[in-house]
Amino acid sequence: MSKSIFDPQVIKKEFPLLERSVNDNPIVYLDSAATSQKPIEVIERMNDYYKEINANVHRGAYHIAELATEEVEETRRKVHRFINSNSEKEIIFTKNATEAINLVSYSWARSQLTDGDVILLSSLEHHSNIVPWQQLSSERDIEIRWIPITHDGQLDLDNIDELLKGVKLLCVTAVSNALGTINPVKKLVEAAHKVGALCLVDACQSTPHFETDVTDLGADFIAFSGHKMCGPTGIGVLWGRLEILENMPPFLGGGEMILNVTSDGFTANELPWKFEAGTPPIAEIIGLGVAISYLEKIGMGAIREHEQKLTSYALQMLNDRFGNDLIIHGPQNPIDRSGVLSLSYRDVHPHDLSQVLDQYGVCVRAGHHCCKPLMKLMGLNATARASLYIYNDESDIDVLADAINEAGKIFA
Amino acid sequence: MTGLEDLYKEVILDHYRSPRNKGELPTPPAIMEEGFNPLCGDDVKVYVILEDKVIKEIRIGGQGCSISQASASMMTESVLGKTLDEAKEVFERFKKMMSSHENDLNSAESSLDETPSSLGDLEALKGVVKYPVRIKCATLGWNTFDQIIDSVEN
Repeated sequence: MSKSIFDPQVIKKEFPLLERSVNDNPIVYLDSAATSQKPIEVIERMNDYYKEINANVHRGAYHIAELATEEVEETRRKVHRFINSNSEKEIIFTKNATEAINLVSYSWARSQLTDGDVILLSSLEHHSNIVPWQQLSSERDIEIRWIPITHDGQLDLDNIDELLKGVKLLCVTAVSNALGTINPVKKLVEAAHKVGALCLVDACQSTPHFETDVTDLGADFIAFSGHKMCGPTGIGVLWGRLEILENMPPFLGGGEMILNVTSDGFTANELPWKFEAGTPPIAEIIGLGVAISYLEKIGMGAIREHEQKLTSYALQMLNDRFGNDLIIHGPQNPIDRSGVLSLSYRDVHPHDLSQVLDQYGVCVRAGHHCCKPLMKLMGLNATARASLYIYNDESDIDVLADAINEAGKIFA
Repeated sequence: MTGLEDLYKEVILDHYRSPRNKGELPTPPAIMEEGFNPLCGDDVKVYVILEDKVIKEIRIGGQGCSISQASASMMTESVLGKTLDEAKEVFERFKKMMSSHENDLNSAESSLDETPSSLGDLEALKGVVKYPVRIKCATLGWNTFDQIIDSVEN
């Protein structure tokens, strides 16, 4: 059934960039965990915005300003439906997920947390869900505690009750961008709530790949980026529970976020605009709306099914072909992971591996994936990361394997 | 292999496989500086023992890719036994080679040939300029060594 809906060959054709070559080879794009490619309808709609309805939003009482405003607010409603939130007022547009997390750190945490409080982080976090909390703890006497991991890169929750003692905020990524580990977020949210802590979920690596239901998840904040889910760069989303957002002070000050300003002070705007100071990235918001419709058309369930199948193929094939020469870090069972394959090949440095792969048109990321504390725990300095998405198929994995083999010849 | 011959020259791979002067030196008497490439997480430690401003011993610690490791290895050979001023001169010439544009490669080659003291094995790294991201790898050890020169001179 899914085959009639889901055909990566058809999908591939909808992404203009995937038609190009790199170093005289057809491009094999395997870096979607860093950013996804964009379907033609996203690109064209953003162009159309500038060609046809470019105007500032929430201000002008003229036709094209109303059209632009309507498209922005329609996207907000789309995001609200897409993640099954309670209200569109809970959807705050930010520059990216990093800004969304910083918003929580500057507004919620700085107004709520005091000396002696504890923030619990998972060891799988991206720097963007580590550094804002380290910045806070350098200003105040706030302890940062870490949930350890098992040898295969899954969270070790044996002592979670102990770890949660005194915790006011739990920050956890839904899926590790470095290893692909899918975390038991719902279980963690429940555990956090039991001790009265809030839970912030970094959903950057989950919203593009499977269904997101914040009501079911029960979390308090989630942050994600548009550009990893077929949308443009420059647009991210913070979702927060209404009653929490309502009690938070504004983050950035400026236009749009106010109801009234006098020489003596200001009154903050209503949600969600209270947190959206300045002219928003209008074309990018519209692009995100088109991207969400695009993903919904394919179906998040079908996307997860496709990626899981492809990941299983990759794990099996790479293991058959390279055996112990190639280590794929993280959970071994495809059910426990997304389409992120963090690789170590013999003693070939990931930088060298990705350089050789590039020669064959294969784009992978080499390095620490903005997860230096995690890499240190895993005893790694860097890995080469291949990450899959809707437009990848088995032939891409085959080209990857051939190119890895060529790297082996150079560094024999 | 197609197209990577300029980057992965045999002499580079040789230095990568068998790095010269790899290891650590006790501090003191050695001076140590550490350099990072935040892009890929590579780090290099350079240890130097000076006597009357002459580089008596040099070691490279840390880890990195073939280009950073080979470049650091070649660096140790090219500066060992030299005075700091002489080493600085080699560094200047190396930096110049690394900043030459790809299109200037041929002319850079001829001008290098004309200079009395050649860069030796280091010239094998000339191909790196075709891969801008890798220039940082090639210069990581050198910039770290430069920190030592700075700390001695100031």
